[in-house]
Amino acid sequence: MKYVDEYRDPNQCEQLVDTIQRTASRVWTIMEVCGGQTHGLLRHGIDQALEKKVHLIHGPGCPVCVTPLESIDFAIELAERPDIMLTSFGDMLRVPGSRTSLLRARAAGAQVRIVYSPLDAVQMAVTNRDRQVVFFAVGFETTAPATALAVQQANRLALRNFSLLAAHVRVLPVMEMLAASDSNLVQGFLAAGHVCTVTGSNCYEAFANRHQIPVVVTGFEPVDLLLGILECVRQLERGEARVRNCYPRSVHAAGNLQAMAAIDDVFEPCDRPWRGIGIVPLGGFRLRTQWARFDASERFPRTVQPARESPDCRAGDVLMGRIKPTECDCFGTTCTPENPLGAPMVSAEGACAAYYRFKSQGTRSGVDLHGIWKQ
Amino acid sequence: MIHSLEAHACPVPDSGDSATITLAHGEGGRLMRRLIREHILTSIGNEFLTVLGDAAILPPLAGPLALSTDSFVVTPLFFPGGDIGSLAVYGTVNDIAVAGAVPRWMSLAWIIEEGLPVGTLIRVLASIADAAARTGVRVVTGDTKVVPRGTADLLYLNTTGVGEFIHAPPPGPAALVPGDRILVSGPIGRHGMAVMTCREGLAFQPPPTSDSAPLMDAVAALREANLPIRAIRDATRGGVAAVLHEWAEMSHRTLSIDENRLPVTPAVFGACEVLGLDPLFVANEGTMVVATTQESASDVLEVLHSVPETDQATVIGEVTDRAIAPVVVRRSLGRPMPLDEPLGAPLPRIC
Repeated sequence: MKYVDEYRDPNQCEQLVDTIQRTASRVWTIMEVCGGQTHGLLRHGIDQALEKKVHLIHGPGCPVCVTPLESIDFAIELAERPDIMLTSFGDMLRVPGSRTSLLRARAAGAQVRIVYSPLDAVQMAVTNRDRQVVFFAVGFETTAPATALAVQQANRLALRNFSLLAAHVRVLPVMEMLAASDSNLVQGFLAAGHVCTVTGSNCYEAFANRHQIPVVVTGFEPVDLLLGILECVRQLERGEARVRNCYPRSVHAAGNLQAMAAIDDVFEPCDRPWRGIGIVPLGGFRLRTQWARFDASERFPRTVQPARESPDCRAGDVLMGRIKPTECDCFGTTCTPENPLGAPMVSAEGACAAYYRFKSQGTRSGVDLHGIWKQ
Repeated sequence: MIHSLEAHACPVPDSGDSATITLAHGEGGRLMRRLIREHILTSIGNEFLTVLGDAAILPPLAGPLALSTDSFVVTPLFFPGGDIGSLAVYGTVNDIAVAGAVPRWMSLAWIIEEGLPVGTLIRVLASIADAAARTGVRVVTGDTKVVPRGTADLLYLNTTGVGEFIHAPPPGPAALVPGDRILVSGPIGRHGMAVMTCREGLAFQPPPTSDSAPLMDAVAALREANLPIRAIRDATRGGVAAVLHEWAEMSHRTLSIDENRLPVTPAVFGACEVLGLDPLFVANEGTMVVATTQESASDVLEVLHSVPETDQATVIGEVTDRAIAPVVVRRSLGRPMPLDEPLGAPLPRIC
């Protein structure tokens, strides 16, 4: 298949691995920001192939993983109301809240529907006029434009039974938080290709300059990932800190202007708690005042109390790259994909689930602890 | 006077036999008998079923029996490449066939939601009749229940199949030894993606089509060729990955698969890429996994290629001593990466 086969070509992968090994004069520490990239790196064994020259830290770029517990609890509370039909993306359903998940709530009778597009949720509101349809909107800048279009569409149709539980998050502020941290040892970033398809790559120029750190826009196939890592290593070897686009078939420097305009029309940046990380300044999107009538948290009273995370779960340390998933005592014992303690064990893009899936099962002690964060 | 009498006459009861199935159809009276006589017996009747006894009286069989039961609850009832009727027959036949027996008879129980259009029922019956004729299996007993609207999803079918062992079945996955080859009988993941894209209204062009088909001819051809088959399994729910894990567990070996050898149609490949799913975990309904010796792999392929349902069979990997994980996949970098077990139904990824 075009645009896939050529980016999975085994010969090219081997050549790139070889070039990276020869280019790197020392071990470099690189963070892939997006969970989709983590999934690709582990699925193809790229982290193992490069481990003598590149330490990969898995970034916080799994939107399902960072959706705060209180948002999930509120979504479940809404879904359990008989007058509400709650809609969301498929992998949001398994994420544990403090007492249950949307999937379990659905089994117990709550109205929870999987949608593939926020516009499907609008359509459900059209065909179910006697019910309130709430779209639980998660994701980075990648999915935010479609949510914005859904709100605009609901407005055009004058729907009074459609609203949004907005949990969209923004990638650059959390990278800013990481890079500014005293304990940061990340030397180069692989920026999230899908996010950059919307935002473009120009928005990273000031960031790269300020922190003197390379930012390489990177895709998700093995050849994409290796090209991104190679560019990052080349810059580090030369002492450069530039923004480079290694995913040009999808990303333009200025981004998708229409998509950005849709986001800007409907949303504004706001401070947002990220699960396991805490408040990220300007790390989320909320509905602008003129769209507040579509805000589910305004429309429906919230009765749930803020809940506490499992004290044993170290999802925050994993999401910030402080530890590898396998360094958590719960990994593979009390926390598995069947019974996840934290969100990174749930989503296909979560670092813990990716480790569980693609690393040797039952050999936790064999994992190298890279010690990438200063004490 | 007459006029007045007419005015007070009891209304003629609604016979309920027009365009939709009603609760009355399931209650054993005239409507039920008419439903069976006019529709069921005319399409799938035979000397055992037509008697309409409480139990089918069947002649003795020479060999040991294989017995298998299954329920079919697919939504939508009709999907690209098949429907619930043919699926029920092929699913039943395949369970018997891959166990190593020859399918002979099956039961067929209907659970119908009140309000199902009679036309839908007739379409499903026609499909069952075609599938039964194609496989030679005979529906010898059945049952019909109608449940109130909202307590079922249009139509469920339950079957039990009876097969006869004429030859000894393959030894099974416990007999796998290092060097054995693993084959699949055709492109994987077709049924699951056909149903999912149809159910969710995803407009992929061309749409993935189900692989729903009988496997008895392919299994019979392998038996007639007298090749050393270790194990056969149809890869239904959980996909090929579920079979590989089951075999790895029973054999205490590692099953090693090459990703670039997996047969996947462009339609399934594209749909899986978009939804973030792995075809190895997606359900099949007419595709089996076969294990044979290293020496016989090419002969087994040749036999499978001679049968229409399995003419795209491919070797996808081999059995090794237990390595880093029960099942491993070699992807672009050629490194064996563990393949985890399927966990419930696959859910589409967010981005």
